[in-house]
Amino acid sequence: MITAETQHLKPEYDVVVVGGGPAGMAAALGAKEMGADRVLIVDREKEAGGILLQCIHPGFGLQHFKEELTGPEYAQRFLEKVLETEVDLATDTYVLDIDKDKRVKLMSSDRGVEIVSAKAVVLAMGARERTRGAIRTPGSRPSGVLTAGLAQKFVNMLGYLPGKRAVILGSGDIGLIMARRLTLEGLEVAGVFEIMPHANGLNRNIVQCLHDYNIPLHLSTTVVEIHGSDRLEKVTVAPVDETFTPDMSRSWDIPCDTLLLSIGLIPENELSRQLNLRIDPVTRGPIVRSTMESSMDGVFVCGNVVHIHDLVDFVSQEALLAGRNAGLYATQQQPPEDNIRLVPGENVAYCVPHTISSDREHTVYMRVRKPLEASVLNLGEVYEKKLRYVFPAEMVNLKVRPRFLHEFHGDTLKVDIVPTAS
Amino acid sequence: MKIVLYDVTIIGGGAIGCTIARELSRYQINVALLEKEIEVGFGTSKANSGIIHGGHHGSPDSLKGKLEWEGNQLWDPLADELGFGFRRIGELTVALAEDQLPTLNALKEQGEKKGVPGLELWDRDRLQQEEPSLSENAIAALFAPTTGVVNPYEACFNLIENAVLNGLNLFVSSPVQSITEGPDNTWILQTPKKEYRTRFVINAAGVFADRIAELAGVRTFSIHARKGEEYLLDKRLCGLVKRVIFPCPTPVSKGILVIPTFDGTLMVGPTAEMVEDKYNLATSSAGGQQVFDFVRNVVPGISARDCIAEFAGLRAVADGEDFIIGTTSKKGFINVAGIQSPGLTAAPAIATLVADIIRDEGLSMSLKDDFEPAVPKPIHFASLPTEKQIELARQNPSYGQIVCRCELITEGEILDAIDRGAKTLDGIKFRTRAGMGRCQGGFCTSRCMELLSRKMDVPIPEITKRGGESWVVKPRTELTAT
Ligand SMILES: Cc1cc2nc3c(=O)[nH]c(=O)nc-3n(C[C@H](O)[C@H](O)[C@H](O)COP(=O)(O)OP(=O)(O)OC[C@H]3O[C@@H](n4cnc5c(N)ncnc54)[C@H](O)[C@@H]3O)c2cc1C
Ligand SMILES: Cc1cc2nc3c(=O)[nH]c(=O)nc-3n(C[C@H](O)[C@H](O)[C@H](O)COP(=O)(O)OP(=O)(O)OC[C@H]3O[C@@H](n4cnc5c(N)ncnc54)[C@H](O)[C@@H]3O)c2cc1C
Repeated sequence: MITAETQHLKPEYDVVVVGGGPAGMAAALGAKEMGADRVLIVDREKEAGGILLQCIHPGFGLQHFKEELTGPEYAQRFLEKVLETEVDLATDTYVLDIDKDKRVKLMSSDRGVEIVSAKAVVLAMGARERTRGAIRTPGSRPSGVLTAGLAQKFVNMLGYLPGKRAVILGSGDIGLIMARRLTLEGLEVAGVFEIMPHANGLNRNIVQCLHDYNIPLHLSTTVVEIHGSDRLEKVTVAPVDETFTPDMSRSWDIPCDTLLLSIGLIPENELSRQLNLRIDPVTRGPIVRSTMESSMDGVFVCGNVVHIHDLVDFVSQEALLAGRNAGLYATQQQPPEDNIRLVPGENVAYCVPHTISSDREHTVYMRVRKPLEASVLNLGEVYEKKLRYVFPAEMVNLKVRPRFLHEFHGDTLKVDIVPTAS
Repeated sequence: MKIVLYDVTIIGGGAIGCTIARELSRYQINVALLEKEIEVGFGTSKANSGIIHGGHHGSPDSLKGKLEWEGNQLWDPLADELGFGFRRIGELTVALAEDQLPTLNALKEQGEKKGVPGLELWDRDRLQQEEPSLSENAIAALFAPTTGVVNPYEACFNLIENAVLNGLNLFVSSPVQSITEGPDNTWILQTPKKEYRTRFVINAAGVFADRIAELAGVRTFSIHARKGEEYLLDKRLCGLVKRVIFPCPTPVSKGILVIPTFDGTLMVGPTAEMVEDKYNLATSSAGGQQVFDFVRNVVPGISARDCIAEFAGLRAVADGEDFIIGTTSKKGFINVAGIQSPGLTAAPAIATLVADIIRDEGLSMSLKDDFEPAVPKPIHFASLPTEKQIELARQNPSYGQIVCRCELITEGEILDAIDRGAKTLDGIKFRTRAGMGRCQGGFCTSRCMELLSRKMDVPIPEITKRGGESWVVKPRTELTAT
């Protein structure tokens, strides 16, 4: 991997990007494109690339590059461009905080604590995994209960195995990918348990990671107790009803020394909160305008910091937009304000961005709450789009074109995804 | 090899054993402490509410009630000298109904009789003004300024570090398995690794104190385990309440509290449930439900959704509920048993009481001239002003490297914790908070393991969460071989 440590930072930047994952790198490229001269990416890891560096499986880039890449390969392509375009890259560097005047406090072991100022800031810190506390699984607290992402890091980055016999709680993509990885590494994976009546990962991962390896997926079933004093010894699992109440009369025990949690990601919002950005309670990320600007002027956000993406290709797309707008902001050429608010309606958990403007084209990302077979997406009364199968694990996206809005003079549009009237 | 004869050997390195060890290290006597776990403080003393009780809760007629108030007054000098987290934040015992008002009055009277200063009854207006997040149902409260919060594990670590500095012989991973009487009024304590000879034995083995008394043939009591579950909440809720919130006590329970811990994070709990198995540290869905259902009535802004971690601890309850502290039928064997809540609060008073008992039993104890009362204060990078951070990171680059992103703990702080005795991931976590934040170690675990491995010069698979069989990873070869 190419690394070009930036030795000396400039005291002032047009755009400072926090996070060097796919979002941060695309944002930096976007800012450059729009004429921002001095752009800095800061990442706390030794290399840029973010979570992609530990995703050594293929499945990235089908949309963006029209070919199938591994995570590190995808990251590499962006990194090469970043280095070509003379973006400053400070790895092994932590952003401690950002103040109201967009002075960014950085810390690294090489350069110590420094402060650089920015005209615009892009937040691209990614997400963290939900942990055991978030679901309050009863039982003891032995070692051997860890998030799927941490297990992935142990196996793929450090070369250690988390145990010998694993159970996976939650059918998020990381859990599915790890079910396959652990099997390939020689562990026995006793099963994947999902409390919802539907899987939370992409369908292709269910097929390629579970079915192909005969790993059972138990829907509407969860881990109800963790046993073991020093090290995990077994888990008790039980089916649940529609209110998620376990039926203990049908519970059973599974001996295992490892329990991986793949129960969701939460936007890393430490800095977003410090800056007092308005947060969407559903996405748990900042509320954004169509330019990916947050509630604070000149602070742009993109990638998993805003909402959890299942495909990195959309991260890159969204981040490029955020970066371009940060570049425009820094060079004082902003587009007109948004004039329409999007309101999630029936079966829509959230929409990003939260507002749009009627004079430009936008891509709106959203997630459904419940799976549906044949369905239709209604954008207020101005536009409808037929969808085939929709389910919560796969983000729905909609291109909103100015022509949809020619006749529309209101200021809010409700978005529903409902079954096709039969 | 010459066999050492210790003057005093303490069994158990919890808050009680550690405060006794530190107290005895003031004297020119030879003291040992045997702890079965890999580090001290890994029993009940790391799994409690961390409150230094105000002094007014316990009846002055019980030993527990008396030592509660005596102990409370000894915490300031201790925290000053040893630099662990302790702050008197005050407490409110809140009445949610008219019929609870007499209880508040009685509590106030009891406290005043014991000499607890500053007790005040607050009405609803005052309450809403001082603690606006309290439920409107809170109609009155008893305010006690003497109540404090402490980092209980940090207290244990620093007490023992200081005791060792002053000559204590600390033996961890040393469970006492048999106790016999030796020649000339001595005792012989057997652990799997070694035998120890001593004149005095102090039984501070927490929930296992009855077992230790039994081994010595002086058991006159049983210790029952009463489990308490506690739930930690996301940092987002820091500052929601400023004081410890107690419900009005009922004859059966002290109830469920809202605790602004020393580090600022809110914690809610504990439950109270008798359990047979003294290794049972499981949390339960019923327990969680009970806690959050109750708390909702007191501080409506708290919900189960905010929970980031939970744990349980076992109170060591003797028959009759009081502390059992004193000599036994066999000379030189002293019990410090049944130290349930508020044992932490009482610990410094218990330690001086035990020193007095040993002296009365004939051990000559003169103070050391060179007793060192302090330990160096650990650096807490995140709370330093920017100029100090800049300077520190320049002098020592390991302070420029963040290891735990949730709590902003630097590599320098982790290395320091290892130098001071941390041997496990939990040892690092309880000394530095690395891994205690909202991501619960997702980010820093592997880095902490690398640092432990490097400093202790052992391979990564040998690093454990908390000793014993609590390994974290296996080498690849182990699976391919089988
Ligand atoms: C296990 C797994 C499998 C996946 N599989 C696929 C797949 O097959 N196909 C696909 O298309 N997508 C996949 N994805 C999704 C996709 O990779 C992610 O959505 C994408 O990586 C998110 O990009 P990001 O830049 O927002 O965040 P990240 O990649 O998490 O990058 C954020 C970066 O910010 C840094 N950072 C955070 N805070 C700070 C700070 N304060 N200071 C400095 N730096 C900071 C972090 O260290 C990190 O490098 C997968 C994701 C995971 C986790
Ligand atoms: C949920 C809960 C909340 C509480 N809240 C508070 C509070 O807010 N304020 C307060 O003042 N008190 C509180 N308490 C009480 C307080 O925690 C205890 O009184 C105190 O920690 C007891 O300390 P200890 O040293 O006696 O026990 P422990 O910490 O359990 O120490 C006993 C030690 O002995 C060791 N040991 C056992 N057997 C052997 C053996 N054979 N050989 C060698 N070593 C052995 C154990 O490993 C252990 O380390 C609470 C208790 C609980 C459970």
